[in-house]
Amino acid sequence: MFKQIKGRSGALMVGLLGLLPSLAMAEEATLDSGDTAWMITATVLVLFMTIPGLALFYAGMVRSKNVLSVLMQCFAITALMSVLWALYGYSLAFDGTGMEAGVMNLNSFVGGLGKAFLSGVTVDSLSGTVPETVFMTFQMTFAIITPALIVGAFAERMKFSALLWFMGIWFTVIYAPIAHMVWGGDGGLLWDWGVLDFAGGTVVHINAGIAGLVACLVLGKRKGYPGTAMPPHNLGYTVMGASMLWVGWFGFNAGSELAADGTAGMAMAVTQIATATAALAWMFAEWISHGKPSVLGIASGAVAGLVAITPASGTAGPMGAILIGAAAGIGCYLAAAKLKRAIGYDDSLDVFGVHAVGGIIGAILTGLCAAASMGGVGLAEGMTIGGQLWIQTKGVLFTLVYSGIGSFIILKIVDVVIGLRVTEDQESEGLDVSQHDERGYIL
Amino acid sequence: MKLVTAIIKPFKLDDVREGLSEIGVQGITVTEVKGFGRQKGHTELYRGAEYVVDFLPKVKIEAAVAADMVDKVIEAISKAANTGKIGDGKIFVSNLEQTVRIRTGETGPDAL
Repeated sequence: MFKQIKGRSGALMVGLLGLLPSLAMAEEATLDSGDTAWMITATVLVLFMTIPGLALFYAGMVRSKNVLSVLMQCFAITALMSVLWALYGYSLAFDGTGMEAGVMNLNSFVGGLGKAFLSGVTVDSLSGTVPETVFMTFQMTFAIITPALIVGAFAERMKFSALLWFMGIWFTVIYAPIAHMVWGGDGGLLWDWGVLDFAGGTVVHINAGIAGLVACLVLGKRKGYPGTAMPPHNLGYTVMGASMLWVGWFGFNAGSELAADGTAGMAMAVTQIATATAALAWMFAEWISHGKPSVLGIASGAVAGLVAITPASGTAGPMGAILIGAAAGIGCYLAAAKLKRAIGYDDSLDVFGVHAVGGIIGAILTGLCAAASMGGVGLAEGMTIGGQLWIQTKGVLFTLVYSGIGSFIILKIVDVVIGLRVTEDQESEGLDVSQHDERGYIL
Repeated sequence: MKLVTAIIKPFKLDDVREGLSEIGVQGITVTEVKGFGRQKGHTELYRGAEYVVDFLPKVKIEAAVAADMVDKVIEAISKAANTGKIGDGKIFVSNLEQTVRIRTGETGPDAL
């Protein structure tokens, strides 16, 4: 059975194994308990990133009358994506049938239904050196957090039923195919291009970020924006959430090695270094620009750094991580604090500003920082920095176009069928009461 | 009977309470409020969004007192709540038509 390899430095090894069937039999992977223990842990950490990490990070930033709606959306998405992943999502993303290196066919874009209903995924089936169940669940947590990220863009005005429909369809036609194209292995469109995306700069962040921008434009601004003050109602939640994201992200990045080895160790190290640099960069940028450093700023900076280092975590070195962190901290600060205000769109919680912009910065710099001269693991044989930068750019552009246009279409369809936005009265009353008949605070 | 209402800075509440106690005011009601007068607000910043916060937190004290106590009450509150800076607050005196003690049913000045 073809083992799915994502970001593993042993890709070259598999290529050789493919050419020598007899040798392949002799070198077939067996279960490694160290790798497995780590991957089980990593899966738990990534789930924790969504519930409650992202949930709290976002919840603290909305007004108190909408606090539950954000928590509900994150929790519901977690539940919905888990089930859809098991039913068919895992198959669409990681079924390798019909895939061949350098061959473009339908399976370059999306997997088949060979693994639908998790058929073939048994107690004993392996994915590399870990049980396939663990790999499947680990990937499930990525399929959970990506749609959950989008929630921030249309916070405080999206109808809950429309959200469920949009997310279910988006997961099916946007997330799963992009995951397949980037991580599905030889024959995958972006995999064959040579796009370096270790843990999901394109698949998760640019993908969710552009979908968020499109969504906030389609839904329109919140009532009263930007004149009415809508400050975060509980920055304590936001900082707690950001902290949980930081900690959980080690599962996201170091776990993407799918093994407990040196690459995972370096992924952990560069994640920490980039994030810390970005936090400081945003904090100082704001301090200089506005006059005082803010806690929302430093927390946002950290998240921007986490986003940016994501695609580079398997290939960059520590000094490259500093570069990526600094670029993301400053770039995302400008996007969230300046660009948004200048253009005037209501991306409530800066999904585009942090995830798309951070993801783009990270995805492109991945090409640079992978080079041995930048302290990275080294580019593929014969590849130049310029060449890799172009490949990275192609990956970014493809994701922006595919997800941007696809999200627009899905939103329009859902809008026509059931309507995306709550009524003005419901929006004024607050989503907690109008969508869920509950109050967040009964003091 | 008069109702004395005072809007003061929150950190002055304890001083005012003590001051009133000293002149024999038996009970007061305290509410947390927001407001502004000549004291301007300040700006707060959230990810590039600057908000001018006009409303400042204040505390409202209400005391129902006998008419002949009013001057002493005004003096006590003023002394305790004064900082000399803008935003110290205001005192309002209004006529109180009726007062009832719920437990016993007493009315009028006996109920104060």
